[in-house]
Amino acid sequence: MWDYSDKVKDYFFNPVNAGVLEEANAVGDVGSISCGDALRLMLKVDPETDVILDARFQTFGCGSAIASSSALTEMIKGMTLDQALKVTNQDIAAYLDGLPPEKMHCSVMGAEALHAAIANYRGEEWKDDHEEGELVCKCFGVDAALIERTVRDNGLVTVEQVANYTKAGGGCCSCHEKIEDILIAVNGELAATAKPAIVQQPKPRTLVQIAPLKPEPAPAPAKPAMTMVRKIQLIEKVLEDIRPSLKMDGGNAELIDVDGDTVYLHLTGACMGCSSSGLTIAGIQERLMLAFGKPMRVVPSKPTAEV
Amino acid sequence: MNAPVYLDNNATTRVDPAVLAEMLPFFTELFGNPSSMHHYAAGVAEAVQLARRQVQSLLGAKHDSEIIFTSCGTEANNTALYSALAANPGRREIITSVVEHPAILAVCEHLEKNEGVTVHRIPVDAKGRLEIGAYQAALSDKVAIVSFMSANNETGTLFPVEELAVMAKEVGALFHTDAVQAVGKLPMNLADSAIDMLSLSGHKLHAPKGVGALYLKRGTRFRPLLRGGHQERGRRAGTENVTGIVGLGKAAELAQAAMEHENTVVRTLRDRLQTGILQSISHCFVTGDIEHRLPNTVNIAFEYIEGEAILLLLSRAGIAASSGSACTSGSLEPSHVMRAMNIPYTAAHGSTRFSLSRDTTDADVDRVLAVMPEIIARLRQLSPYWGKDGPKATPDFAPAYA
Repeated sequence: MWDYSDKVKDYFFNPVNAGVLEEANAVGDVGSISCGDALRLMLKVDPETDVILDARFQTFGCGSAIASSSALTEMIKGMTLDQALKVTNQDIAAYLDGLPPEKMHCSVMGAEALHAAIANYRGEEWKDDHEEGELVCKCFGVDAALIERTVRDNGLVTVEQVANYTKAGGGCCSCHEKIEDILIAVNGELAATAKPAIVQQPKPRTLVQIAPLKPEPAPAPAKPAMTMVRKIQLIEKVLEDIRPSLKMDGGNAELIDVDGDTVYLHLTGACMGCSSSGLTIAGIQERLMLAFGKPMRVVPSKPTAEV
Repeated sequence: MNAPVYLDNNATTRVDPAVLAEMLPFFTELFGNPSSMHHYAAGVAEAVQLARRQVQSLLGAKHDSEIIFTSCGTEANNTALYSALAANPGRREIITSVVEHPAILAVCEHLEKNEGVTVHRIPVDAKGRLEIGAYQAALSDKVAIVSFMSANNETGTLFPVEELAVMAKEVGALFHTDAVQAVGKLPMNLADSAIDMLSLSGHKLHAPKGVGALYLKRGTRFRPLLRGGHQERGRRAGTENVTGIVGLGKAAELAQAAMEHENTVVRTLRDRLQTGILQSISHCFVTGDIEHRLPNTVNIAFEYIEGEAILLLLSRAGIAASSGSACTSGSLEPSHVMRAMNIPYTAAHGSTRFSLSRDTTDADVDRVLAVMPEIIARLRQLSPYWGKDGPKATPDFAPAYA
């Protein structure tokens, strides 16, 4: 059974704005019957003000697809089209208190339907740049299509490189066999096409440490409880280890505060509102738990000055 | 809320209280290792031996030594395939079907990729029946083992394994059947059969999870998967899962006693469920081979809606079933069994499996029949493929990417 939030369940069991909107003047049809999801989003747009007066949906899909569609219609009613275009799939997922990683594509479908409907209203052609494959890395929500493309474009040859470029495999490590399979398949293709392998040597950088992590050596028996300084040092060390992969995406993470087992972090740059910041937090949390050997919680926080 | 209705017995079954009662002493006073010399072993080795005879009897096997206890059906399947290749080095091909359980298909894929083994995957027709011509054509003296399931887990469709085994013998190949779904539901007489190996799993027949068995016909060349001990006559090393084995033995005895019930009462309940749904709901159909099917299984494809949504609504009504939709597995494609039968995507995603057991009652069937029409109607109202009272006559819904 999927671990759906109460909000997802509520929007699925009692969907709002379901059905045909007769007076719709903007319609977006997206989805794929082969992956079991398809959505028609219907909007009634005020031609004078560009405000979305009403929104309805029809969805062929699973519980989270229906919930995402219904939530989307609630979110965008009353927005102008330009405001609505700023709604991302992350916003939809956040509105539903999160979706399981395997189900994030349901929110993607919602955002795409919105773009398609607005393009339809404006008489533009909407092009889907959507690509998805089997979910490989469940810690960071990375699918096979993205890994394949990244391996091909960058001539990657090791699991470590894949983790550096895509984050895939940087968490619990259980997908390493699948990543190795992709590396073998793609590099085999490259070799078969007889092109010289385009191995761009990445600049020397601290690699994400993906070998099985040993718990930090236990503190000396003389010091039974970990001091605050020691805690901060350990957190900083974990952050230092993952910083290269965050920076590659133009982001960073700053330690704001520590309260017991709760760590307050400020995510900056591209990490702010990034489509996978939720996953990043989950990933950092995982690494902290490994380092501390006990459950830890990461809470996104504002920078020090604003606290 | 009403009592829960469990119609997912092909996924797993409830442990029979009589099975549990049989097992409990082996957790407490009878904890000895059956291999030990001292008196703690007394009674334990005998219990394992009794269980072996109970399983032998259910399968109609000639010798009790033909039963090798394993940790599950998957281990039995892995053992059969690896053993056949290791024991017949001159033969490097496997024949199987496209609709097998992943416990066969994923092993074949691995062998193909890493061991250079050639795998022939025989297709099925729209009713899930094996293409015998393709099987015949794939048979040769290069084939080490043929492995076809006795009954399909999703549709209950039966393969004629006795005849298929005879065909394999003609080219000197071993014949294995994954009978995890069939054992305990269909009478068997392996003593008079050409089947060399058969896999079964305890938790599909009211025994606990974590125990299974491989039937290995006497005289069949064999290589163990696990080495490291003399247990199971050196064919499966590792200290015996005594409690599980004792439970499996008892469950086999009970299944044999309930065989007639399974094929009369359970079958009638299943048929009533099937007829009731087909009569009260439009645009749905039974998948698989209706004439040759397990007595406890029905798989119905509801068109224009998606299976996970059906399961969530059923679950809210207290009913447990299963689906072949993509979303329930976390993959992007609907079940490989539905695709192999060429079920259209709009129906494959809505395929729903109800699997009964001797636990199932008339009231359970009534409950499903009472809620099903409303669940289906409700989801169809949400579907862009559905008009006011039926599928859209002129489909105007063509999503942007496919």
